[in-house]
Amino acid sequence: MAKVPVQFTLNGSEKAEFIESGTTLLNALRDKIGDTSPKGGCHQGTCGACSVIIDGELKLSCLTLAETCGGADIKTTAGLAEGGVLHPLQRAFLDAFATQCGFCTPGMIMAAKVLLDRTPNPSREEVVEALSGNICRCTGYEPIIQAVLTAARASSQNAA
Amino acid sequence: MELRKDYFADVRKDGLNEIGQPRPRLDSPGHVTGKTAYFADRNFPGMLHLKMVRSPHHHARIRSIDTSEAEKHPGVVRVLTAKNVPHNVYTILILIQVGPEDETVLADGKVRWKGEAVVAVLAETQRAAQEAVAKVKVDYEVLPAVFDIEQALKPGAPLVNEYHGQNYYLYDSGECRKVRFGDVEAGFAEADHILEQSYQSSPIEHAPTETTGCVVVPEGNERFTCYTNTQAMFFTLDNTSIILQMPGSKLHFVGGTVGGGFGGKVDVIVEPIAILGAKLTGRPVSFVYSREEEMQISSPRAAEKVVIKDGVMRDGRIVARKVTGYTDAGAYSRHSPYGAQKGAAHYPGPYTIPNVWIDTYCVYTNRTPSSAMRGFGVTIGDFALEVQMDKLARLIGMDPLEFRFINAYRDGDMKAHRQPTEGAALIECMQEASRVANWPVAEKYMAMSSYRKGA
Repeated sequence: MAKVPVQFTLNGSEKAEFIESGTTLLNALRDKIGDTSPKGGCHQGTCGACSVIIDGELKLSCLTLAETCGGADIKTTAGLAEGGVLHPLQRAFLDAFATQCGFCTPGMIMAAKVLLDRTPNPSREEVVEALSGNICRCTGYEPIIQAVLTAARASSQNAA
Repeated sequence: MELRKDYFADVRKDGLNEIGQPRPRLDSPGHVTGKTAYFADRNFPGMLHLKMVRSPHHHARIRSIDTSEAEKHPGVVRVLTAKNVPHNVYTILILIQVGPEDETVLADGKVRWKGEAVVAVLAETQRAAQEAVAKVKVDYEVLPAVFDIEQALKPGAPLVNEYHGQNYYLYDSGECRKVRFGDVEAGFAEADHILEQSYQSSPIEHAPTETTGCVVVPEGNERFTCYTNTQAMFFTLDNTSIILQMPGSKLHFVGGTVGGGFGGKVDVIVEPIAILGAKLTGRPVSFVYSREEEMQISSPRAAEKVVIKDGVMRDGRIVARKVTGYTDAGAYSRHSPYGAQKGAAHYPGPYTIPNVWIDTYCVYTNRTPSSAMRGFGVTIGDFALEVQMDKLARLIGMDPLEFRFINAYRDGDMKAHRQPTEGAALIECMQEASRVANWPVAEKYMAMSSYRKGA
């Protein structure tokens, strides 16, 4: 099958790969580039575990073709901590027991980050809405909602 | 969190170092940074992808299998059928002497449920494997199927599993697991009221976000490393050893990181065939369930039917309880004979009843084999028992919580399966629930204790 070149920025680093046409961004990131933080839970756009941020937008990498991402700025949970310091969302997920098996966590954090980037002080309803595309089978969601609200408060205090 | 130290204060030291203290989870830093390595996060050069040809029928004889077109499909490296599996008929609990072996790794001559694995295809890409699966030709003779527990137990029902010879698991106690305690008929004769009710549940899928799977790597020393999300590492190791007739020293299982299991990943299904594929091709092999397979193929919690007949006195005492439980194992045993047996010990509930009669059946039907899931064997039973308790309380016009205090088991009480009650805390839990839920009960119940006088 024909290979196509694709070049994009991943967590601030330039990446260039030859991929088979039709490869999903999820498979390109995991199998070609070695960023396994986006997870494949359904490969049909229903579970949210593969969520990444493309040019500031929350996207399902299992439904995004890698070849459409030329020149894009892609962010994943693997690149969120800066200089070994956890992002407030990561810190809050840790402290609030918002992870159990951890499989949904990278996608949840991506969804939460897009929310907080746009709405620094969200209401509980806004948090629930923002996470509504991400399935968690362990926590019952409540610790995750609390973690996002806590991270929002922590971020706004730091900004003040 | 509130820690109530007034309960059992006389038997407990208060030097609690961990309980009541929040402690960070050791695995969370990996989870929030995306560094936790799940089995599918391993990728190896030259890795093959395994896909299954599955039965489209609930019950059928296999007349013939033709894999020739699939073998010619571009990218296909190997196609496996039952004859390639060294010890093809197995059962998970044979490790603890719960037989007979009743399940095939790959179907041999017959399929007993819709979705059963028939042929394994190994190919360079998932796509090639999937395309080749469609090219395998299996000629089936469809047989009558049975989907209902009670229908399966009737004379003349289609025989689901020849390894059992009848549509129920034969315990050493006979066609069901039995508990006999006191004289249940005398209890019913003495009772002011008798209430018989039937409760039923459907199968329940665990639906973990990470689907079942494994990645196998053949090592240079003739060993195989298997990265797996099994919840039952040693069950899997030992059963794989039996199925592949390979000493355990050749098998290196790496796991412990499970993206949600809830009991759905204790069966030994993907590892033996993936390791066999790696052995026969000399290449790494990945076998990962699709979401559809996870929902349709992996074992659910069993469907159950529970019939409860209780004799109760006007003063609130339950004097007789008769329970007949049916567990729908589906086509194969897996963990269901154990689940049904667990139900037999559990069914009186956390109540002291002088006359008890329990029969629990593990029944075979042409449905997806069921297996473990969080408290299997007792969870559906608890639903049935507690709904029954509410109905009994209503029948005699008593508060449902007070009714439970009257019947609650306490230390020293003999349970129906002849285990004396020790360390009971039901009374105290209900007292606390009464306070927290603001559901007051009479003072005499708040003064009760799980300790029996002299116990």
